[in-house]
Amino acid sequence: MSACVQDAPLPHRPAARPPAGPGWMGEPLRLAALLAPAAAVFAAFFLLPLVRLILIGAGGAEGWSAYVTTLADPGHFDSLISTLALSAGVTLVTLAVSTVAGLFLVRHRFPGHALLVALLTFPLAFPGVVIGFMVIMLAGRQGLIGTITQALTGGKLVFAYSMAGLFLGYVYFSIPRVILTVMAAAEKLDPRLEEAARSLGAAPWRVVADVILPALKPALISAGALCFATSMGAFGTAFTLATRINVLPMTIYTEFTLQANIAAAATLSVLLGVITWAALAVARSVAGTSVAAAG
Amino acid sequence: MPDSFHLDAVPIRLERCGKTFAGGARALEPLDLTIRGGETIVFLGPSGCGKTTTLRIIAGLESPDPGGRVLFGEEDVTALPIERRNVGMVFQSYALFPNMTVAENVAYGLKVRKLPRPERARRVEEMLDLMHLGEFAGRRIDQLSGGQRQRVALARALVVRPRVLLLDEPLTALDAKLRDSLRLEIDRLLRGLGITAVYVTHDQGEAMALGDRIVVMAKGRVAQVGTPREIYYQPADGFVADFIGTMNRLGGLARGGMLSIGVASLPWSGPDGAVELLVRPEDLALASEADGHFGGTVAAAVFLGDRTRLVVEPADGPALTVDTLGRSELGRGDRVWLRVDPARVLAVP
Repeated sequence: MSACVQDAPLPHRPAARPPAGPGWMGEPLRLAALLAPAAAVFAAFFLLPLVRLILIGAGGAEGWSAYVTTLADPGHFDSLISTLALSAGVTLVTLAVSTVAGLFLVRHRFPGHALLVALLTFPLAFPGVVIGFMVIMLAGRQGLIGTITQALTGGKLVFAYSMAGLFLGYVYFSIPRVILTVMAAAEKLDPRLEEAARSLGAAPWRVVADVILPALKPALISAGALCFATSMGAFGTAFTLATRINVLPMTIYTEFTLQANIAAAATLSVLLGVITWAALAVARSVAGTSVAAAG
Repeated sequence: MPDSFHLDAVPIRLERCGKTFAGGARALEPLDLTIRGGETIVFLGPSGCGKTTTLRIIAGLESPDPGGRVLFGEEDVTALPIERRNVGMVFQSYALFPNMTVAENVAYGLKVRKLPRPERARRVEEMLDLMHLGEFAGRRIDQLSGGQRQRVALARALVVRPRVLLLDEPLTALDAKLRDSLRLEIDRLLRGLGITAVYVTHDQGEAMALGDRIVVMAKGRVAQVGTPREIYYQPADGFVADFIGTMNRLGGLARGGMLSIGVASLPWSGPDGAVELLVRPEDLALASEADGHFGGTVAAAVFLGDRTRLVVEPADGPALTVDTLGRSELGRGDRVWLRVDPARVLAVP
């Protein structure tokens, strides 16, 4: 709030520029030399593989049109749609759960608070395989939910090996990072804003809608974008749960290892990257420049 | 000011309102206070004295300890949360909604009250004009200066016609010059609206200028309640005397109906013994050696334009602050004689 103390609105400061002068004649060269190692690494580990991947995608029998026909394949298209739907659903549910939990954790101190926050961030360290294993333990054929439902109804509820199991696993593993972002943003909220809204007659739900959510919006969009991208590309959990799950990373794996259809795998990989990137770009433009700041 | 702006003057009564926080810390000793309808009352004191807690109890942001009651007129509002008390609040940090424009901020309370759109627009416009904010209606909050922000906050609080206006250090974040002009504006507004107002500050100048009455607080207790004049001229105790304005302390000795200060003897009605006397800088005057009550040496002379403030060290006792009007040429090291106006001397327990 330090900016508020200032009486005049702060003009945007022009970006600092090195002073021009004879001493700076060799500067571009020197900068280029300093940049060279980074550029080399970027080229070797990012640019070259990506270009190669794109070229491999176009290197099949169909050439560049493979990028269109691959998607026209009903199996691939279904896979893409279900991946998008899964990721969108995971993102929404994660944001809802994490916002409520994050706000609660910031506003209430109780014995064991620090321990609970530490526990909540635990899944960050787990590989996808472990998440998948945990989903199986919970909702698999020998899982807890199955045992309980059998005892209660006689029928065994098993959903670990389906989209529902994957959904559960992704939500579980997305919650920590979103909660941490929400908590960081919620700490910075000025409690006077809420008090002002309440003094004007706003009921608690209105304060949430008009004050808290708008203030958290940049953090929610940036955390949501990360959550979405992670769900689009996650593989380990799906691979562990396997069988009936048709998500894009699994499809790519199948094309690559089982069918040896390397061109199709490359095409799908590029498409997965482009679509995820586009989704993040849209989120960024909706949030304005604040995503970068909040991220 | 248009008649439609004249607000109901609701009296407020606090009955045994104390506040003990969860950790057991006593923020406010049980307090009884009646604020008259239309009155501007200022809670004044150093930080941690309980003034903001009192304001928050009136607002409904804190509830008093069991047994305490808050009454708006005849209505007991103790159990009502702030959103159902119809109060206006103005904060030190402005607390304007950053995701809304100036006009949207001002309209917020009316929107919450579900006022029809044309009526809402009319009242917002009226209020913005009253606060000289008409040209800023479409601005974002971060495009305003601090003074403008606080005027928006006032407009937002007043447009809903609250029963009481609560101001929590509203000028503290502003620089000195703006503070003066906005203080005048707030004064004009409060008089014109006739609204009951509670103002919290640690600045005695603000308190004296704005308050019909001042409640001086210290350590969770009320030290004195009175008009600015009463507080200034008849402080209830040493704390109030020191907190408001500058106060000199003089040692005197009372014996047989006479009080001796330095070489002077004044008539005295109190009991015999050593007496500590309080006297304001303006009630000490320079005098000739023949008329003076005691002498001293000028330790510092601060030229303030309209007057010169001298710090005089007497032969014994603490240094005294004396204000001299006019063009004084006195400086450090000069020998002066001072006269006390006996009618203005206070003996405080």
